[in-house]
Amino acid sequence: MQKIIHKHPLAIRWFHWLNFPLLFIMIWSGLLIYWANGVYKIQIGETLLFKFFPKGFYDFLGLSGQLAKGMAWHFATMWLFTINGFLYVLYTIISGEWKLIFPEKKSFKEAWQVVLLDLGLSKSVPPQEKYNAAQRIAYTMVIIMGFGSILTGWAIFRPVQIAWLTTILGGYKAARIEHFILTIGFCLFFLVHIIQVIKAGWKNFQSMITGFETKK
Amino acid sequence: MQEELTTDQQIRRKTIKAFVAFGVASLVPLGIWKWINASAYQNNILAPLRKTLEFNEKLTAKLLSNSHLAPTFSRSEVDKKVRFNGAVGLQEKLAEKYKIKIESGEEKFEISPADLKALPKQEIVFEFKCIEGWSQIQHWGGVRLVDFMNHYKIGQKDADNLFQYVGMETPDGKYTVGIDMPSAVHPQTILAYEMNGKPLLKKHGSPLRLIIPVKYGYKNLKRIGVIKFSDERPKDYWASYGYDYFAGL
Repeated sequence: MQKIIHKHPLAIRWFHWLNFPLLFIMIWSGLLIYWANGVYKIQIGETLLFKFFPKGFYDFLGLSGQLAKGMAWHFATMWLFTINGFLYVLYTIISGEWKLIFPEKKSFKEAWQVVLLDLGLSKSVPPQEKYNAAQRIAYTMVIIMGFGSILTGWAIFRPVQIAWLTTILGGYKAARIEHFILTIGFCLFFLVHIIQVIKAGWKNFQSMITGFETKK
Repeated sequence: MQEELTTDQQIRRKTIKAFVAFGVASLVPLGIWKWINASAYQNNILAPLRKTLEFNEKLTAKLLSNSHLAPTFSRSEVDKKVRFNGAVGLQEKLAEKYKIKIESGEEKFEISPADLKALPKQEIVFEFKCIEGWSQIQHWGGVRLVDFMNHYKIGQKDADNLFQYVGMETPDGKYTVGIDMPSAVHPQTILAYEMNGKPLLKKHGSPLRLIIPVKYGYKNLKRIGVIKFSDERPKDYWASYGYDYFAGL
């Protein structure tokens, strides 16, 4: 007989999957807004390394000329994104699930071992409970980033009414850049997340849907 | 993590059940997406989204007071080149004897820009914010809209109440804005006739324009031809193109 190992509580699965369409709409509509003043770039001295974003990027994804639409979607979906995030954090605190996610003292040391292992540079497998050290750090970071996105978002949404927040964040222009950088952070998180899920295989993936893994 | 002993068949059943539930549940966001996109347009934006913008307006107007001031800056921080971003409503030749039509309920009269210069002058250096996402520190001078209203005793519906809105139009009627009364009587809202201490340039809205730091740039109408007070939402050029009517910051 096989053993069922319960891994993800139903609530966690709901919060997780709800985030998928919500974050997608937030980033998509955010790009529609950013397009109207897409000025950010990385350059060293006079050498342009990367422009956010080349024209081809907008054309390919059909993102040009829809500022009003982007804003309307962004300012509607923000509520759902915020509520989902808030309930998720509340749930992890009440259920005690946070203990499995929040990094421990040793996590920071062990996270390097995970990175080295994943890059094929080391063969020693660091200990793993529900999540390994690198996962703990990444998942906690992404929660903090979500919180940061909400704060920087409000700082540019109502920079007069909540001017104190905008000021703390370094002003209107700075808050807009911070909001943008956090979004890039979400995209990078997503990329690594997908690669790791593919690497971890089907059993791990389906546990985010069924809630359990099986073991002989 | 809890463990539980069960047969292969039970596991298969549980897995299928979970995947079916997942499939059905994912129809919900898909359905919402389709429903929103299939709904009617209201001023060039899907009605459910327009409703949410109006909800945001009510909520933030209530939660956050209009008496909050936009941060101000020193004159040395002013951006040298004031950005020019829109010419709608500025195409006609400026009339030689320029008059501004005022309507407040039954009362109708005209004033000239020079009349305003007799009122106390107010200057402001603030960060002008365009809905496109850029911002600039700019220096404007003129008359507070609330001082103007008090001087001419207009905007008052009856003894105790102000009208709900102020509407403004360019002389050709092509560019329009509607402003909620709390934002209109905000102490930083001015009818500006100066920029950087000099008379307004044509492209920046001479002889008189609105400067309203509690709103996005598109509410800062250039070349005021008409000022109307009413309880009906006045026409608003950019709101009719799908933008937020309130546009508060």
